[in-house]
Parts: sequence; structure tokens; C-alpha cells
Amino acid sequence: MSVVFEKTSYLTDKPFHYCPGCNHGIIHRLVAEALEESGMGGNIVGVAPVGCSVFAYDYFNVDMLEAAHGRAPAVATGVKRAKPDSLVFTYQGDGDLASIGTAEIVHAAHRGEKIVTIFVNNAIYGMTGGQMAPTTLVGQRTTTSPNGRDEAWCGAPIKMSEMLSEVPGAYYIERCAVNNNANILKTKKAIKKAFQYQMEGKGFCMIEVLSTCPTNWGLSPVEAMKWLEENMIPYYPLGVYKDKGATK
Amino acid sequence: MALTLMKGSEAIAEAAIRAGARFFFGYPITPQTEIPEYMSARMPEVGGCFLQAESEVAAINMVYGAASTGARVITSSSSPGVSLKQEGISYCAGAQLPCVILNVMRGGPGLGSIQASQGDYNQAVKGGGNGDYHLITYAPSSIQEAINIFSFAFDKAEKYRVPVLFLADGIMAQMMEPVEMPEMVDFKVDPEKKPWAATGWKPGDDPAKRAVINSLYINTEELTIHNNNLQAIYREIEKNEVMYEAYMTEDADYVITAFGTVARIAKSAINELREQGIKVGLFRPITVWPFPYQELAEASKNAKALLDVEANEGQMLQDVKLAINGAKPVEYFGHCGSLMPTTDEIVAKILEMKEGK
Repeated sequence: MSVVFEKTSYLTDKPFHYCPGCNHGIIHRLVAEALEESGMGGNIVGVAPVGCSVFAYDYFNVDMLEAAHGRAPAVATGVKRAKPDSLVFTYQGDGDLASIGTAEIVHAAHRGEKIVTIFVNNAIYGMTGGQMAPTTLVGQRTTTSPNGRDEAWCGAPIKMSEMLSEVPGAYYIERCAVNNNANILKTKKAIKKAFQYQMEGKGFCMIEVLSTCPTNWGLSPVEAMKWLEENMIPYYPLGVYKDKGATK
Repeated sequence: MALTLMKGSEAIAEAAIRAGARFFFGYPITPQTEIPEYMSARMPEVGGCFLQAESEVAAINMVYGAASTGARVITSSSSPGVSLKQEGISYCAGAQLPCVILNVMRGGPGLGSIQASQGDYNQAVKGGGNGDYHLITYAPSSIQEAINIFSFAFDKAEKYRVPVLFLADGIMAQMMEPVEMPEMVDFKVDPEKKPWAATGWKPGDDPAKRAVINSLYINTEELTIHNNNLQAIYREIEKNEVMYEAYMTEDADYVITAFGTVARIAKSAINELREQGIKVGLFRPITVWPFPYQELAEASKNAKALLDVEANEGQMLQDVKLAINGAKPVEYFGHCGSLMPTTDEIVAKILEMKEGK
């Protein structure tokens, strides 16, 4: 029998702790495959966040660091400055990156830090049980916005890709989703491109990936994917927000 | 070797570089800004990295990242900035990352003042960040002593895998003294000596050698084991690494306890009192963690009483009292904020104690 599909060795054999229908599994696989295909094996360091993907160090089969909440870009900066020839990435959620870690992500981009950030945006705090995030949509119910997010009270959801694309030091910013096969392939391509840019010594790259949280959204995995398409993508349009390396 | 007249902050920065530090991450704050300034010019000369971080929070996390690769890394700040670093220091302690942190203390609380103070003693030795951890904490009282300690500080940090903290103050950073600098250490990261570090690993390599730098142990039994290991290391440090100076304590009727700059002022007072025929000595912890409890009890065993002098509300006083354990009177003299105790004040206080007031 011939092997038609094999799990990349850049993921460990440890079973994911993620909830059924959560998109972290798909995104982990895409990142791990891109790491393998980068050819940088033996010279890769990943930085895990605090949030649902806090155990990413158990899954990515490379040297891994677990950072304090929001600080992954600063930690990755320290690694990259000490090992400039290595491939360094952070994997962060929206609470981590868009709330407590805004200073660290903005300044990593501002310095043109040669790291790649995988930003998984599911519009909610997953690990702590479904609280409002800066990315929570207006009207979206969470355990800390039980009547739905009130824009007058706590603002409109923050758009990190748009914001960071305005930072001069940012090199490549793209927002993707993994809601269908075409978008999964696009996401993989974007991650690979970001790694390629880093290996070429270009500046800061971030791939934002819209993701579902069926558990805390109170939806089935299929319903959650539909909700993402009908609500998240219109507010967070997919596409390339900045690409300094694009051929004109 | 010839002595060179150097400013404290610059001498300390140079000593760090000579000890193998090649990565500095920091943020400007008075009265230690000359350290990052010096590093920004000097690091490129030795092939090192100076990076000005966006905050002290980011700086200590950059330290976390660079130290994870096995490199010798340092950051410096002053009291309010060191408060911001506490989160990262706790993570470094939890993840067992060797690194060196400098606190050039200034007056507090809050923004306080920009003048020297010793108000961060408790933060340094009784906690600071969350959880059960300690930092090997050196409180040098001269620039030369700080330089000398630097020559082994990284070795200690790496031996025990604990962060090292230097507790200095604004006076030490700002004054100039003649110093002798050690030779440059040729330090290179040795993956064999640091199997825990992120020095390169790929699938197929020995799984035990994959770096996982982490302070999270979600399983309570595992966290207990981790903490027990840390505690065992701390007991080992307490056994091996205590440093202190005892000055004229053998025949002293009164033993003054003081650390850092204040100990130098106390020494002047002791010399003055000795001229008056009053037998006074000084006991100065050089490591404030581990604190020299037994050594202090021993050095003051013939004394009638002790006087603890500090530029704070008497934070080390608690440790002095623990060492003496009620065996004799322990008095305190000092000022909070940034007012330094003077020689005259210390002399007056000892005379007062002698007259039994």
C-alpha cells in the first residue's frame, strides 16, 4: 500500500488538547508543514503564548519557548538577536496579541524584527472560558459581555492586520482563514512566504488567521464555520495588507 | 595593573562585557541611563548586541529569549523600572534561565525620586514577582567590588540556573572611583554544558535534547516536583554562596549592620567612634540573598547590642533580627526616601545607645 498522506514530523505525536471543531489543529499542521518545507530543520525556535495554544511547545517538534502573556514578540526578539541565522516564529491568539501584548507586537513590527507571527483570531478568550476580547464583534455575546459587545461602552473590535500594516517596519501582513480548502491552501502559502521572507533577512511578517471557537461561541463546529463566514470575514476582510516584497 | 578612574555605571557595564555578556536589553531610566548609553557604544565593538526595548517589560522578556539560547545576557534598570520587570524575572526564575539583572535603586514608592535609596531590599530578597523563588542577590558597596562580583556572577547564574540580581544604588552608579578591570573572558555557548538551551534541534534528534523553556506545570504534582527542585537549588546556594564582610567586629561592643553604600558611611562612623575609644564594628552582607544569618550571629556574639542602618524604613532589619533571634537588643536608624544617613547621625545614635537612652 502506498502512503498518500503523512503527518509532518514537525508536529509531535502528542494528541491535541483543543476542543472539537477548533481551528488550531489545522493551523498547527499548516505551520508545522511550512517549518518542515523551510529546510531550516535544526535551526528553528518557536515561541508559544498564553491562551488556548499555551501548550504549543508540546506540539511543534522544534526548540520551543513558552512566553508570558502577550510577551512572545519580545521573547522572539531576544532569540532572533542571539541566533540571527535561525527561523523564529511566535504563535499567538487575539487576547495575547491584540490585548495584553499590543506594545510588544507593535514594537516588534516597528523594529522590523525578523520574526514571523502567526496570529490566530477567534474573537474571544478561549482558555479562560469565553470572555470578551478586543476582537469580539459588536453585539457578540461573551461571559463578560452578556448582552453583546456594546461599542459605545468598550469600543469597536480592533483590526490588527490593518493597524500593523501602517507600521513602517512591517514587511508582510496578510489575513487568512481556514474555513474551506481554498482558504486553507492560501493560508499555507502565506505562512510559507512569511518564513521565506525571514530566511531572506526581510522584516517583520504577520499572518493573521481567522479561527472558530465552537465551544465558547456556543455553536456546533459546522455552525461556527458558517458564523465565521457570515460575521467575521465581512468585518475582518481577508487579503494581503502589506507586502514589501511583492513584484510590482 | 594600573588603576583607571571610572564612573560606576560605566565600570559596571564594562565589567559585564568582560565577563562575557554580549546581549543587553534595556530602557532609559535615571539614575542608571549611563549603563545603556555605554552598552550602545561598546557592544558593537565586541560583536555584541545592544537593543533599546520599548519598555522594561519587553526588555526582561528579550532577556528571557536571548538567555534561552544559552547566551550571557544582562539588563539594567532603576526601581520603578525593576518593578515592571518583576513579571519577567519570575518567569526567568521559573524557567531556570541564567541571566543578570541590575537594579540601581532610587527613592520610592511610585516615581519617588531620582536620588539613591535602598527601598527595594524587600522586593529583591523577599519576592518581587509571583511564586516561590529567589535570586542570588549581590549588594556591592564599591565599584571595584561590583566589578569583582561580575567576574563570577554569570558562572553562578549558570551553575545553579538562577537569575542573579545586583542591588546597587544611584550613588554607586554616579560616583567615580579608581578601579582595576579584569581581562576579557572568552565566552562561547557550549551546547554540551547547556543541554536545556535552544541551540538547535530537529525531528529525529535525541528527544531529550529538544529545548522546552517553560515555567508552566499545569499538573499540580509536576509543579510540586518542579518547586521542590528549585527549593533544593536554593538550599544549595544558601550553603555555598553566602558572602559578607566583618569589619572590627571581634572586640566590638556594638555591631552596626548595613549594606551597599550605607555600609561605607557606617564605616566612617565606626572609625570616628573608635577614635573616641568606643568599640564598634560593621557587619555587611554582600549577598543579601542568601543572607548571612549564622555569620552575623557569630560576628556579634560578644556585642552588647546591634544597630541596623539603612536608607529605607528598616527592611533588612527583619533579617538582622532573625539572625539575632532575640538574644540582644537590635536598634534601627535610617531614613526613607532618598535621604542618606550621615556619619554624624550614626555616631550620635551609637552614643545614645551607649548612654542607655
